Amino acid sequence: MSTDVTRTSEYRQMEESITMAPLERLGSNELDQELLTLNMGPHHPATHGVLRLLVTLEGEVVRDLQPIIGYVHTGIEKTAEDKSYWKVIPVVERMDYLAYYFNAYAFCGATETLLELEVPPRAQYLRVIHMELNRIMSHLVWLGTSALDLGAISMFWYCFRDRELILDLFEQSSGQRMHTRYIQVGGVAEDVPRGWAEKLREFTSQMPSRADQYKDLLANNEIVLQRLRGVCPLAEEELLKLGVTGPLLRAAGNPWDLRKASPYCSYDHFDFKIPVGAEGDNWDRFAVRVAEIYESVKIIEQALDGLPEGAWITDDRKVALPPRHELATSMEALIHHFKLVTEGFRVPPGECYFPVESPRGELGCFVRSDGSSKPARVHMRDPSFVNLQATAPMTEGSYIADLIATLAMLDPVLGGIDR
Amino acid sequence: MPDSVGLELLAQELGEAQPHTVLQTVYFRDKGTIVIEPAAIGPALEHLRAKGFSFLASVHGVDYYPEEPRLGVHYELLDMSAVDRVTIKLRVPLDNPHVPSVTPSWPTADHQEREIYDMFGVIFDGHPSLRRILMPEDYEGHPQRRDFPIGGEPVLFTIHEAEGTAYTQ
Repeated sequence: MSTDVTRTSEYRQMEESITMAPLERLGSNELDQELLTLNMGPHHPATHGVLRLLVTLEGEVVRDLQPIIGYVHTGIEKTAEDKSYWKVIPVVERMDYLAYYFNAYAFCGATETLLELEVPPRAQYLRVIHMELNRIMSHLVWLGTSALDLGAISMFWYCFRDRELILDLFEQSSGQRMHTRYIQVGGVAEDVPRGWAEKLREFTSQMPSRADQYKDLLANNEIVLQRLRGVCPLAEEELLKLGVTGPLLRAAGNPWDLRKASPYCSYDHFDFKIPVGAEGDNWDRFAVRVAEIYESVKIIEQALDGLPEGAWITDDRKVALPPRHELATSMEALIHHFKLVTEGFRVPPGECYFPVESPRGELGCFVRSDGSSKPARVHMRDPSFVNLQATAPMTEGSYIADLIATLAMLDPVLGGIDR
Repeated sequence: MPDSVGLELLAQELGEAQPHTVLQTVYFRDKGTIVIEPAAIGPALEHLRAKGFSFLASVHGVDYYPEEPRLGVHYELLDMSAVDRVTIKLRVPLDNPHVPSVTPSWPTADHQEREIYDMFGVIFDGHPSLRRILMPEDYEGHPQRRDFPIGGEPVLFTIHEAEGTAYTQ
């Protein structure tokens, strides 16, 4: 034992004899102050798509950041100008590929406003159910991939397991898992099939407990707390100047949500809360989105309970296809069918901006009609495109590891940014 | 949404504060629009910001081909406390597509003005870095214009590299 003690003290003596002065001098060396420009992406697993970031680093600290986008620009807005209105729906759905019901609804809403078309109540409720399912689905993908960025790999599988249940519901109601083309101008494509409501209830009864589990897994985790709490906050005024909307703005304490502020699609029939944060840091962004899952489940349950009977698409034959059985007996129905399928319907000239609350913020669709059957201009105000501008102010002066966490909490979808 | 009377009052106040600014007001589908002189966009938006329209929701470009002045820029303003929206529109001719940039006072317009420059060729004077944003930097033309042909984009595949790039001309 005694030899151990002497050995230790010898070591301590040796350690104390070392002077740290040269190292400290090295720290103030000008070489160390040099800025490094680092290219992240466009193919990088942590950028959630083909986003390229030019990051200027001083050591590990981010001093400047420049997003470079356009790698998946597919000219959807240009394509839309060459298609009749009802054929535009599938192409705009492919913009923000995690919020396809919202894209379709924003476009259909703008077209319906131009047409001054009434949408039957059953169609409105079905739209609400599908949009809220879509919101949960989008938040689950965000939660899974963000947890992956923070190193929690199992979260990804759990979230995608639940997402699969939602995609099954989409498949049952519309025939497609993604890009469903379910929402039509004037209503929805089809009534939900028999047995769908029961399957949906099964989902809504288990989703809150699943969300509880995810919260238990992540919210008390030391690593998650250290990566998120107090990291990269941005004040409400700054966010408003930058045009940021959605969960990012609500995390900073501003309860702006279009579903409450200017209810569309009968959202005023439902009782739900808007989760808001206090600090506007990454933790609040995380907590707001998780809390929104519960609220969306509440909306779905209320919409299913109060689902009105009746038509699921407008009976205006100039806009919506006649029922299939009429084609065999009615000449008029056949003519309408032929006109709609070949030329499409004509929309009165005018311009309209139709905003909806997508999972990422205000998704606005601008449609200009020149009176023909094809839109003269379709423009999406995509929330990711605008919110991306907040990346630099959020992350300046923080560590590069926090940049990854912030990017995950920003939840950009590059399909929506590049369109 | 401001009703048609509210829109006229708003436009009148704007016209008094900034003479020769307001060209036209349009009330269409429960939505108010004020058409203004392109050069006056900065002060006009500032005037409306003081009226409560402090959130610039969206900026988008439109090509009114074949009408003249051809290119249009729309600013969607939002008043979050009164839940009120108003659209400001301006039109510039194709041979002089200059609009003062609002990015210095509305940072949210940065990406959107770059997109309009990229897609329509509207030049925003005073923008901190007016570059293409969605199309490649060396791209020629402004693809969202109505007279820009759809399709026929030349693509060089590696397998054809030996044959040269003559076919793209």
